[in-house]
Amino acid sequence: MVLFTRQELLTHYETMVKIRKFDLEAKRAREANEILGNVHVYVGEEAIAAGVCANLERKDCIESTHRGHGHTIAKGADINAMMAELYGKATGCCHGKGGSQHIADFSVGMLGANGIVGGGYGPAVGAALAARILKTGAISVVFFGDGAANRGTFHEAANIAAAYRLPVIFVCENNTWACATPSEVGHTQSVTEISRRAIGYDMASCVVNGNDFFAVYEGMKKLAERARGGEGNRCGILECQTWRPLGHVIGDTQPYRDAREAWARMCADDCIENYERRCIAEGWLEKKDFEEIQDRVEKMIRDAKQFAVDSPYPDASELTTDLYD
Amino acid sequence: MSIKSYREATFDAMKEEMIRDGTVYAIAEDINGNGGTHGRYTGLGEAIGDPGRVIDAPISEAIIVGSAVGAAMSGLRPIVDLRFSNCIPCAMDEIVNQAAKSRYMFGGQAKVPMVIRAPDGILKMQGAHHTDCLEAWFTHVPGLQVVVPSTPAEGKGLLKTAIRNDNPVLFFEHKKLMAMTGEVPEEDYTIPFGKARVVREGRDVSVIVYGIMVSRALEAAEKLAAEGIDAEIIDLRTLSPWDREAVLASVKKTGRAVVAHEAVRQSGFGAEISATIAEEAFGALKAPVIRIGAPFVPIPMAPNLEDLCRVLPENIYEGVHRALGRQSDR
Repeated sequence: MVLFTRQELLTHYETMVKIRKFDLEAKRAREANEILGNVHVYVGEEAIAAGVCANLERKDCIESTHRGHGHTIAKGADINAMMAELYGKATGCCHGKGGSQHIADFSVGMLGANGIVGGGYGPAVGAALAARILKTGAISVVFFGDGAANRGTFHEAANIAAAYRLPVIFVCENNTWACATPSEVGHTQSVTEISRRAIGYDMASCVVNGNDFFAVYEGMKKLAERARGGEGNRCGILECQTWRPLGHVIGDTQPYRDAREAWARMCADDCIENYERRCIAEGWLEKKDFEEIQDRVEKMIRDAKQFAVDSPYPDASELTTDLYD
Repeated sequence: MSIKSYREATFDAMKEEMIRDGTVYAIAEDINGNGGTHGRYTGLGEAIGDPGRVIDAPISEAIIVGSAVGAAMSGLRPIVDLRFSNCIPCAMDEIVNQAAKSRYMFGGQAKVPMVIRAPDGILKMQGAHHTDCLEAWFTHVPGLQVVVPSTPAEGKGLLKTAIRNDNPVLFFEHKKLMAMTGEVPEEDYTIPFGKARVVREGRDVSVIVYGIMVSRALEAAEKLAAEGIDAEIIDLRTLSPWDREAVLASVKKTGRAVVAHEAVRQSGFGAEISATIAEEAFGALKAPVIRIGAPFVPIPMAPNLEDLCRVLPENIYEGVHRALGRQSDR
C-alpha cells in the first residue's frame, strides 16, 4: 500500500474538494443562466481525476472529455482562468473561445476537453509520439467514458499505441451512462467491463473502484510506472468504476431514470466522504483538517466566480485572432 | 535548374525539410513497404539519415490524423499521407473538428502545424472510391489551408511552405502530376500561400485554374492563340487562402472569366470564384462567368463514362468560346 505524507493527503483532498465545489458552482451558475452553453459537471467522479493526475508530472499530457473541469483542475490549472472561461471572458484560459466543453491549459499539459466523444484518443497518442521523438520522457493519459469506448477511434488508438510501444494510459471513467443510454450488455455495449478490451491489444489493465481515491491512485501508479520505464508494450487501461449522479449535462431532466435515486446512490458512496472516512479511520487526518480545506476552497471558488464576473468579454478584434498567422 | 518529376521534386522538399528540422516526421500506410502510394517516400528514411521519422502506420486513418494533431500540438510537424483523397472521410472529425479548430478553440495556446497529402483525380478506371477531387470541402472550414499544386517546381515550393507553416494544410495532388516532369530550381525556395501565379498573360479572357488544370489550360490557350484569342491563365496555387485580388485584377482587365476544375461542378470551388467575380467585378464583365467541372455523378469505372467526367483542354477551349459569345467550331 502507498503511504502518503500528511501534506500529500491534504493536497489530494483539496484537489477533490476543489473539483466538487467548482462544479457545484458551475451547475448553480448554469441553472441560473449566469452562464450558457453546454456544461457537463464532474460531480461524483472526483477521485478519478485526482488519483490519476497525482501520478503525473507537469510535462505529462492529458486529453480530456466533454466533462473536463475535473481533469483540468487535477492537472493543476488555475481556477480563476477556468471559471472565466466558463463565462466566455477574455481572462479565460482559452481567452473565452472554448468555454466549458473546450477548456484547456497547455501550460500544465492539459491538451483540451473535447466536444466530440472519443476525440481525445488520437491527440493523446500523438503527444506520446512527440514525447518519444523529442525525448522528453513524458507519458500521455486519455480520459474517456464507457460510451466513448465504442468509438472506432478507441480501437485504432489502442492498436497503434500498443504497436508503437507508446506510453499512453487509457483511463476509462465507467459511470455506466452514455448520455441518456445505459451501458448495458446486449443494449449498446458488448461488455460492461471496458478493461477486458485490453487483451485484444496485449495491454496491461487494471480495474479499480473509481469512488476510492486510494484504489485509483494505486492502479494508476502501477500503469504509470510501467509506461515510464517499461520495455515492450507500455500502454494500459485503467478502468475506474463509478457512477454519474447528475444528468449528462446541466439542464438534463433525466427522463431515462429517477434523478433522486441517482443522486442518492452517489451520496451513499461519495468519493470525498470515502476519503475522509478512510483518513480518519487510519488516524491520518482529523475532521478539522477537512473543514479547513473546505472553507479555504469555498473562498477560492467565490473569488474565482467574482474574477470571472468582473472580467471583460474578449474584444471584437479577437474574433479573427488565434486562427492563422 | 534541373529536370525532375513531380514525385522527385516533392521528395526533395520533404528530404530537405526533414534534414533541416528534426521535428518533421512522415507517417502513412505502406510508407516503408512500397514507398507509399506512387512510391513517393521510397528511401526517405535513409535519405534523411533517420528512419525513425518515416513511420509505417496501421490502416487507421482516424488515428493517423488524430495522432498527428496531438503530435503537432506537442512540438512536431507531421506530414501525413492518406494515399487517396477518398480516404480523407475516414478522418473527417480529426481534420475538421480537431486539427482545424484546436488552435482557435484553445485561444492560441497551441498551433497545429501539419500537412495532409492526398492524391486525387481521374487517372484510369479506378472508379469512385479512388478518384474524387474534394478540395472545396476543406475551403469551407476555418482553420484549414488548402493547396493544389500544378507542376514539379510548384509542388516543391508549396510543400516546403506547407511543412514550415503553422496551420493544418490539405495538400491535394492530382495523380497525373506524379510523373509530370519540369524544371525545378536547385536552391532552397518556398512559395507563399495566397499568391496566385499568372502562368500566361493575355487580353481577351481570364482562365482561372489550379492543379492539373493549369497544364490543360495552357494547352487550350495555345489552340486559342492560333485563332487570335489571347487567354490569360491564373494558377491559384492555394484555395484557402485564395488570391481574390489577382483574380479580380485579371477579370477587370479582360472582362471575361472561365473557371475550371476536375471536381464536380456543383458547389465546386469554381462557385466561390464565380460568386466573388460577380460581387466584386460585375461592372467589368462583358459576359457571364463560365464554370467548368465534372458532371454531378460519382466517377464511373467504365472508360467511356469516365471520359465524360474529365475536364480536358478541349473543355476549356470550348468554355473560352462560350465566354466570348461564340460557339466553338469543334
